[in-house]
Amino acid sequence: MSETLLDVRNLKKYFKTSRGLLHAVDDISFSLDRNKTLGLVGESGCGKTTTGRAVLRLIEPTSGEILFEGKDICKLSANEMRKQRKDMQIIFQDPFSSLDPKKTINQIISEPISENKIIRDKRKREDRVLELMETVGLAERLINTYPHELDGGRRQRIGIARALAMEPKLIVCDEPVSALDVSIQAQILNLLKELQEKMGLTYIFITHDLSVVNHFSDEIMIMYLGQIVEKAPTEELFTNPIHPYTKALLSAIPIPSLSEKRQRISLKGEITSPINLPDECRFAPRCYECVDHCRSGIPPLVEVNPGHFVACFEHV
Amino acid sequence: MTNQEANEIILNIRNLKVRYETQDGVVKAVNGVDLTLRKKRTLGLVGETGAGKTTTALAIMRLVPNPPGVVECDKLEIGGQDILSLPEHKLEHVRGNDVSMIFQDPMTALNPVFTVGDQIAESLEIHEHLSVKDAKERAGDMLELVGIPRERANEYPHQFSGGMKQRVVIAIALACNPQLLLADEPTTALDVTIQAQVLELMNELKEKYDTSMIMITHDLGCVAEVCDEVAVMYAGRIVEEGTLEDVFNRTMHPYTEGLFNSLPNIKDRKAKLKPIKGLMPDPTNLPVGCSFAPRCNYATDACLIAQPQLRSISQTHRIACTAYDNPEFHIERRIL
Repeated sequence: MSETLLDVRNLKKYFKTSRGLLHAVDDISFSLDRNKTLGLVGESGCGKTTTGRAVLRLIEPTSGEILFEGKDICKLSANEMRKQRKDMQIIFQDPFSSLDPKKTINQIISEPISENKIIRDKRKREDRVLELMETVGLAERLINTYPHELDGGRRQRIGIARALAMEPKLIVCDEPVSALDVSIQAQILNLLKELQEKMGLTYIFITHDLSVVNHFSDEIMIMYLGQIVEKAPTEELFTNPIHPYTKALLSAIPIPSLSEKRQRISLKGEITSPINLPDECRFAPRCYECVDHCRSGIPPLVEVNPGHFVACFEHV
Repeated sequence: MTNQEANEIILNIRNLKVRYETQDGVVKAVNGVDLTLRKKRTLGLVGETGAGKTTTALAIMRLVPNPPGVVECDKLEIGGQDILSLPEHKLEHVRGNDVSMIFQDPMTALNPVFTVGDQIAESLEIHEHLSVKDAKERAGDMLELVGIPRERANEYPHQFSGGMKQRVVIAIALACNPQLLLADEPTTALDVTIQAQVLELMNELKEKYDTSMIMITHDLGCVAEVCDEVAVMYAGRIVEEGTLEDVFNRTMHPYTEGLFNSLPNIKDRKAKLKPIKGLMPDPTNLPVGCSFAPRCNYATDACLIAQPQLRSISQTHRIACTAYDNPEFHIERRIL
């Protein structure tokens, strides 16, 4: 069994809009090893959620290859893809809207099991649901309750149990804790980490919260306007950030400590529209280190240190 | 505090209680809160969902909907003026003029069918009795103040991004130069780089206008950036309050400790998170003793019997925790 679980090559996802082509994900390539966590970070509209969904083919990529265990899943038929999805699951951001309000916990968690005809016997299926509930720390007595009766943290646990039901290899976690309070957030992060160790899971962890991703990921990929601007092992990224956008992001994290007073890099303006983008560095309009040749084309992603990739004309 | 002006008390609340009488029972949202805020100071009101932070702010503005909300309070003064006894029509002079509020969600706080210029000008026309033309002029100034070109005054909210909308909301709140600004999670809906911009702007404007501010947030990072004082709320009560240094560096209450331990440490990424076990108590059915006792690692039998009262540790630092009856008691948290 090879170490690489997922290998994404030149993934693109464009949306047609009335004003032109929206470049949600614009030619990104990355790979992910088994039992590792890749943190996908960026601001709203940078394409991180689209990337997460395109990797699972929940939205059809415009072009590119997605090799899962060496097999290009973009070439699979609908039926084959359905089988393939057992290995690839997703946990959604909003535990309020991602659960069917008319179904009990039992029905929600058992749905993938019965749909995929994994356990046909109803009794045994319920046993499996109880087992999954225990895994994620939900009390047995809640099995027949409805989502609205539960708080956000418990609902997110249901979402996790549902994703685990298929014993997947890869889970895309799309902002799994951003709707939760800090004390509950820590409970869920610890749970996800335990599950990873126990079951050998591989995560793509999408978030805008850099302190969470620092704690949680082995590797971090920073996105801006549909492209990867920097990718590095977590420690390396935090100690030696190279791209101006990464530096600005890191300096903007509010730190809950008084001993740490940092020099903040304040970015001008906001993320520009991803429609009909000019052929230049995407970050150039906001960049505080921008020079003339930054406008001459799109900078390629170059390896500067082992495992550390940067897309910037100035710093490579 | 050296000069006398700085000692001036802007906000004085004694024993504020708010309950919502619903069909499912009485929700005790705020249960006896005392707050004092001096001129030019910024207080961070910290706590999780359901702690009663927003209800406290609404009560200060006398905006708690009734029914179902019932407000009881011994004293509520803003700039020395008793707000409790004011009739509704006089309250309009206070709101927007003496106190104004920045709401959490800039997407819904603005009226979609009026231009942002009109929305800023509105409060100036009402409170400062400016002519339409003058108010428009001032609205343009306010926009520039928050970093938006004045030409955009004639645009509608949907033409602005989230961060820009929040700037407009801040411009409205500051238009009449209020003594007290209540900011309810002003940056929660924004991206980090935009959050940094908005926090910077708020700090700047506070300086410039000598405004006192209460910043409601669940983000201790934002508190460290903006506030001078902190009050930590849990289940409708203040459990710890003091200066920024008191609460961050001399933390005493187990709940405050729990909040800090739940946050990932940016300097030590391998450190395991220590979440607070369990959940917030049901506000319709609060425990008899300390509300935090069922989740507290240090709780003893004494904690379950009676509600702890706030006690002074130093001139500025107060906590409500029974465990400190034992002089030997201390929490584990150490400041790095």
